[in-house]
Amino acid sequence: MAPSTKAQWAQPPSKEELERRNTVNINKETVTNTVSTDFPGHFPGEDHAFSIDRFQSGFDITFHQNDQFHASFSLVGIDASLANAFRRILIAEIPTLAIENVFITNNTSVIQDEVLAHRLGLIPFKGGREGLRNFLRFKKGEDAQDYDTVQLDLNVTCTVNTDASPNETDPLKAYHNAHVYAKDITFTPQGRQEQYFSGEDAIVPVNPDILIAKMRPRQTIELSMYMNLGVGSDHSKFSPVATASYRLMPTIKITKPIIGADAQKFANCFPEGVIGLEKVSKKEAGQRGSGYEGHAGELKAVVVDPMRDTVSRECLRHEEFEGKVQLGRRRDHFIFSVESTGQWDSDELFLEAVKKLKQKCKKLEDQVDNMVR
Amino acid sequence: MPFVDDGFEALLEPFYNGKKLTDPISTKEDKFQLLPAFLKVKGLVKQHIDSYNFFVEHEIKEIVRANRTIRSDVDSNFWLEFRDIRVLRPRRQDHADIKTRKEVSPMECRLRDMTYAAPIEVDIVYIRDKQKISRKNVPLGRMPVMLKSSRCWLSGATNAQMESMNECPLDPGGYFIINGTEKVILIQEQLSKNRVIVEADEKNNIITASCTSSTHERKSKTSVTLKKDKITLVHNVLVENIPIVIVLKAMGGLSDYEIMQLVAGSDGRYQDEFVINFDEATRVGVFTQQQALEYIGARVKMGSKRGQFGPMPRRNNIEDGLDALSNLVVAHVPIEGLDFYPKAIYLAMMTRKVLMASQNTKLVDDRDFVGNKRLELAGQLLSLLFEDHFKRFMGEVKLSIDKFLKKHNRGVALDAVQMVSNHANTIGMGINRAIQTGNWTVKRFNMNRAGVTHVLSRLSYISALGMMTRISSQFEKTRKVSGPRALQPSQWGMLCTSDTPEGEACGLVKNLALMTHITTNVEEEPVKRWVFTLDAGVEPIRNFSGAEMHREGNFMIHINGTPFALTRYPKRFAHKFRTMRRRGWISPFVSININTHFNAVHIATDEGRICRPYIIVKNGQQKLKPEHLRLLQMGRATFDDFLRKGVVEYLDVNEENDALITIYEDQITQSTTHLEIEPFTILGAVAGLIPFPHHNQSPRNTYQCAMGKQAIGAIAYNQFNRIDTLLYTLVYPQRPMVISKTIQLVHYDKLPAGQNATVVVMSYSGYDIEDALVLNKASIDRGFGRCQVFRKYATELIKLPNGKKDRMGNPDYTLEKHAILDVDGLATVGYQVKSGEVMVKKETPEDQTSTGIGLDRGSNMFRDASISYRIPDPAYIDKVMLSRTEKDSMVVKVQTRQTRRPELGDKFSSRHGQKGVVGIIVDQEDMPFADSGVTPDIIMNPHGFPSRMTVGKLLECLTGKASIVHGRPDYGFGDAFRSHPLEEMSKVLVDHGFSWEGKDYFTSGITGEPLEAYIFNGPIYYQRLKHMVQDKMHSRAHGPMAILTRQPTEGRSRDGGLRLGEMERDCLIAYGASQLLLERLMISSDGTEIDICQQCGLFGYKGYCHTCKSTREVAKMTMPYAAKLLVQELISMNVGVRLQLEDEFPHPKQV
Repeated sequence: MAPSTKAQWAQPPSKEELERRNTVNINKETVTNTVSTDFPGHFPGEDHAFSIDRFQSGFDITFHQNDQFHASFSLVGIDASLANAFRRILIAEIPTLAIENVFITNNTSVIQDEVLAHRLGLIPFKGGREGLRNFLRFKKGEDAQDYDTVQLDLNVTCTVNTDASPNETDPLKAYHNAHVYAKDITFTPQGRQEQYFSGEDAIVPVNPDILIAKMRPRQTIELSMYMNLGVGSDHSKFSPVATASYRLMPTIKITKPIIGADAQKFANCFPEGVIGLEKVSKKEAGQRGSGYEGHAGELKAVVVDPMRDTVSRECLRHEEFEGKVQLGRRRDHFIFSVESTGQWDSDELFLEAVKKLKQKCKKLEDQVDNMVR
Repeated sequence: MPFVDDGFEALLEPFYNGKKLTDPISTKEDKFQLLPAFLKVKGLVKQHIDSYNFFVEHEIKEIVRANRTIRSDVDSNFWLEFRDIRVLRPRRQDHADIKTRKEVSPMECRLRDMTYAAPIEVDIVYIRDKQKISRKNVPLGRMPVMLKSSRCWLSGATNAQMESMNECPLDPGGYFIINGTEKVILIQEQLSKNRVIVEADEKNNIITASCTSSTHERKSKTSVTLKKDKITLVHNVLVENIPIVIVLKAMGGLSDYEIMQLVAGSDGRYQDEFVINFDEATRVGVFTQQQALEYIGARVKMGSKRGQFGPMPRRNNIEDGLDALSNLVVAHVPIEGLDFYPKAIYLAMMTRKVLMASQNTKLVDDRDFVGNKRLELAGQLLSLLFEDHFKRFMGEVKLSIDKFLKKHNRGVALDAVQMVSNHANTIGMGINRAIQTGNWTVKRFNMNRAGVTHVLSRLSYISALGMMTRISSQFEKTRKVSGPRALQPSQWGMLCTSDTPEGEACGLVKNLALMTHITTNVEEEPVKRWVFTLDAGVEPIRNFSGAEMHREGNFMIHINGTPFALTRYPKRFAHKFRTMRRRGWISPFVSININTHFNAVHIATDEGRICRPYIIVKNGQQKLKPEHLRLLQMGRATFDDFLRKGVVEYLDVNEENDALITIYEDQITQSTTHLEIEPFTILGAVAGLIPFPHHNQSPRNTYQCAMGKQAIGAIAYNQFNRIDTLLYTLVYPQRPMVISKTIQLVHYDKLPAGQNATVVVMSYSGYDIEDALVLNKASIDRGFGRCQVFRKYATELIKLPNGKKDRMGNPDYTLEKHAILDVDGLATVGYQVKSGEVMVKKETPEDQTSTGIGLDRGSNMFRDASISYRIPDPAYIDKVMLSRTEKDSMVVKVQTRQTRRPELGDKFSSRHGQKGVVGIIVDQEDMPFADSGVTPDIIMNPHGFPSRMTVGKLLECLTGKASIVHGRPDYGFGDAFRSHPLEEMSKVLVDHGFSWEGKDYFTSGITGEPLEAYIFNGPIYYQRLKHMVQDKMHSRAHGPMAILTRQPTEGRSRDGGLRLGEMERDCLIAYGASQLLLERLMISSDGTEIDICQQCGLFGYKGYCHTCKSTREVAKMTMPYAAKLLVQELISMNVGVRLQLEDEFPHPKQV
């Protein structure tokens, strides 16, 4: 880096400089400028100490999609370490209810006890929010209590369907209970669970059609299951998300005009809707040194919606675009994607993650306090 | 025709490449459809089955017909004749006629430790009381039945029938079940019989033409050797080498001039070289046939007097010589009516070959040429064995008949049936024992081979299949010759180029390629008749003299290596012959080829030749037309129809040399004779699993062939009904994302062994060096690589000869180790069993020996003989089986089950010979993630690529990724030489917003910041290999000692110690750590306190020396028990050993 002059000491960084600092460069074979530099002491004369006001003014959340099973939203003006902390908490640390113990009374199906138990454990369940959030607690000790253990049962026997035609080859029609689904699991509330998990709020599988086992006549599965709260770092069945991840906002900078057939090809290098084609206006064509001279009326490529870009870098592969385009990603713009398994709503999960982080910070604060004392 | 779903229907009916009936067919694209059609009738394991069928249906009858009569030496009026022999279908040995179900299924045999065997029945005719009596269906023991052979219940069974028999429809068959274990008779590779092979020993300047003659009676080797210009005949039965001229003279009727012509023709060079041999005969004074026979007869080995029974009449030398020449020297050329001319021609031909090779070294034969090899299959091996046993059986029957007839005052008339049934079991028992032990002993050939049969490896479906195509060579493994191990160009398309083990058996154990067929014997006589009827220009060789035989332009026609006829128009003849074969008049497996070096036409009809089908090309046009494929598609034609119509034909390795074969349709020229059906058939079934093998470094494919057999997966549809000693299964096996046609053809996609892992190629954490893998914990939680291990524990409740029996004991619930036992003394199904717990509470009588007669009764107590679980990790009881064996004793089998998730140190491998162990298991949140949220299942270190050059793995990854984003499972094919083009894959990736080269932007899961490089990622099929840490890890602080040496035991299974070996010892010596050495080698091992008498230097006992009768000088010291043992052993061998002790620090008192 060029030695800084005295003038720069006084002046705040230019807009271009800020933009440069805030962009991760997407090059043909490498990604550069990946590390954030906005921490105190990195740039002489600049103050990057964390201030809540500055954070508040720069921070912004916009939702792109918000469904039960999928939420997509942008966090702008936040550091990667924080965004990543949320992501990690989402995956591994939000308490979730899942089957932990299976007591098999009778299992004459072809599926082995351990495999059956493993399959049951992975089924996501939902239930009354209030109960899940405020009533249930982590289990401590051996004894099960109504506030830490939920009991489920599964009792199915496969029988011949006497109504089916004798030539029926589809086992689902020829037999009753040929397939055991998640919906066959029954829930019996214990103690105060009646209050929290009844009616609409009963604990049931999120997806009733998850196939657990296949059976043939005279085979039986008879078992009871006990659910506990757990965290994803223990076992991924306790993870409330299918996955939670983020990507950085892509930026596409067309540095030299791309016109005509090249423009069409350029647009094809991106997913639909990222690059638009516009006619070169007379004004642009008239401007000297713009590169548009004499191309009035032809199509030029313009960036329409960089968020839809998947950053396939296809445009960097072709010779004709060399030096004409610069790809990058905004360092502080995180497009989150949270896919809930159904026990929580996706947006709710993010709030839960924030809450969890807050708790952890509190804990740390206490510990620091203790240390200092 | 009944609908037989053998798995090929799905491939044949709608074109499985996504083609519909209405789509156009191009012969170029779709000719591979011939492959499933071929595999339906031939190939893979069908050769075993064909060979066994041939034996059971024809060969066995031939053998019996050849030795059908027994005549008595005592009563010349008596005779017994075997009219017919039949092998029935498998039946229970213990069946009673009252019970209806006599049939026994293979599964029952496996479970009940029985032999899957069928009764043999014979029809006999014999003389009783001067009357001819005919008896039908006399039982003659039991013959083990090959699964899926024509005698097996499984042959032609539909899927539903297979299921009702608890059998897997995809099981290849071709093996036997002997006492409950599955046994395979491996294909044996041998040098061809009855053919002349010329070899040169360049060091000693010897040229030999040798021929191993094999007839039903005997096997012998004859060779003609050129050494120091002299040509001699060498044979086992002759004490010394006989000059060839003497041998030819002994054949009679040949003048010197004729001999010269027969050998050398009119070629001056050969004449000059041969003429010296006449001096040899003159020198020893042999001029006439009589003298020659005398000369030879005098040199016939004594003790070679043959003949089985009765005293041999004394014979003179001439008779000996005549006998040796007619029956032993080139024994396979028959002598009819003392006409030695054919044999003389044969020997002259051998001599001529030697002469030619001495003139032109290029004419020396190559032993490793596949055309000179014959493969021996189960049927042939069994027929050798059966013939031997049958002959012995006949001898025994004859002996007992003679014994009976010798009695002068016998009360009842001779009942031969009784005699036959008395000895009937020897045949079946003998064959049974041979298959079980693998020791093939045929007395008349002096054959004694060990290791012919192997237990069928059921580790994975592929390992079982791979075993069926395995060929073992007769070569010694220890010899350091490279020739037989090297890849031979003539192996092309016949033997797999990749599938061979590493190490000592490398190149000696081979595997069949996908389209190989092994011929069975075709009768020679009809072919001989065809030779003369085909072409007017062919005349029997008997009509010609040597001069005519060897005249320029005359071609000798050999049938199975024996000169037979002469023609001037070999090409015309071969052409006509081939035309008749293509029309189906001659068996398609008869081969003909012209050898211009020796001016010979060779016709081969023998068994064991390796051959392969090709599409016929004529006049630059291939015979396969789109309409043929259309017929195939509609199921109206089979492969054999095409064979009959002259569209395809089989060529063996020798005939291949006469053909010009192109691989691709567009390379056909006017001179092309054949077109390959599919280039990827150069590989075998196991190598066919590798995607893009043509992009890999060749040893990598070989490594994968070895590892594919260790992969855990599905074994068979009936895997949970079987009780195998050790069974590994994968909980969630997946069909590979990138498949090949071979995978579909061998049904690997139905019984897969592996899972499609999302692999990211980057370095991570440092726990991934040296091929270690990083695994995602969440993937493991969700079932990746989860496998099950089943183990069998079996015991038999035996009846002792004294009438006492083993029994099941009652569990004693106060004992902790009986916790899982049910009241019947057997483990309860579903219970967890921990180390040390009893699974079968068996009790055996204390008294094993008493006779029970008189007062010899013995105790009535029982001793505990229970089976307990010994493995440190607990398991669950999966199955308990009770049954009875054929011996009517009860068998108890307990199967335990463990479910294992991958752990640190477990071994995984991709399909490209890239194995690695799990180095670290990482939480999902720490894993790098892509924009789409994808986290890897496996992180692989990129250093695995540059030196290994497994480009195929990269292509698999990219193709797999494209298939996934495209959403079509049958999208990318990775077949050798016809794989899906890479450009299309890249196009698909770009269309779906990925980078064209498969490398994507990833974010670190730890820092949350982008990674500085784009990361190559995609699905790669990973196999979990059977080597798991849990089965190998071992440590011990203290534990059992060996009885003899009192040193720690050896090996994990005995809880053994870890040896501080010689090299480790050297280190400690060099370092000077003497106290550590003392501790490791003595104190922690076998240190013992010993009393030593300082007076006599011998061992004392309890402080007293028995030699000196005193306690005075006895000192105590510690020494290794092994050293004490050595001293005592030396003493026992009369080597005196005295131990002299000295104080290193002398005692102050004594000073």
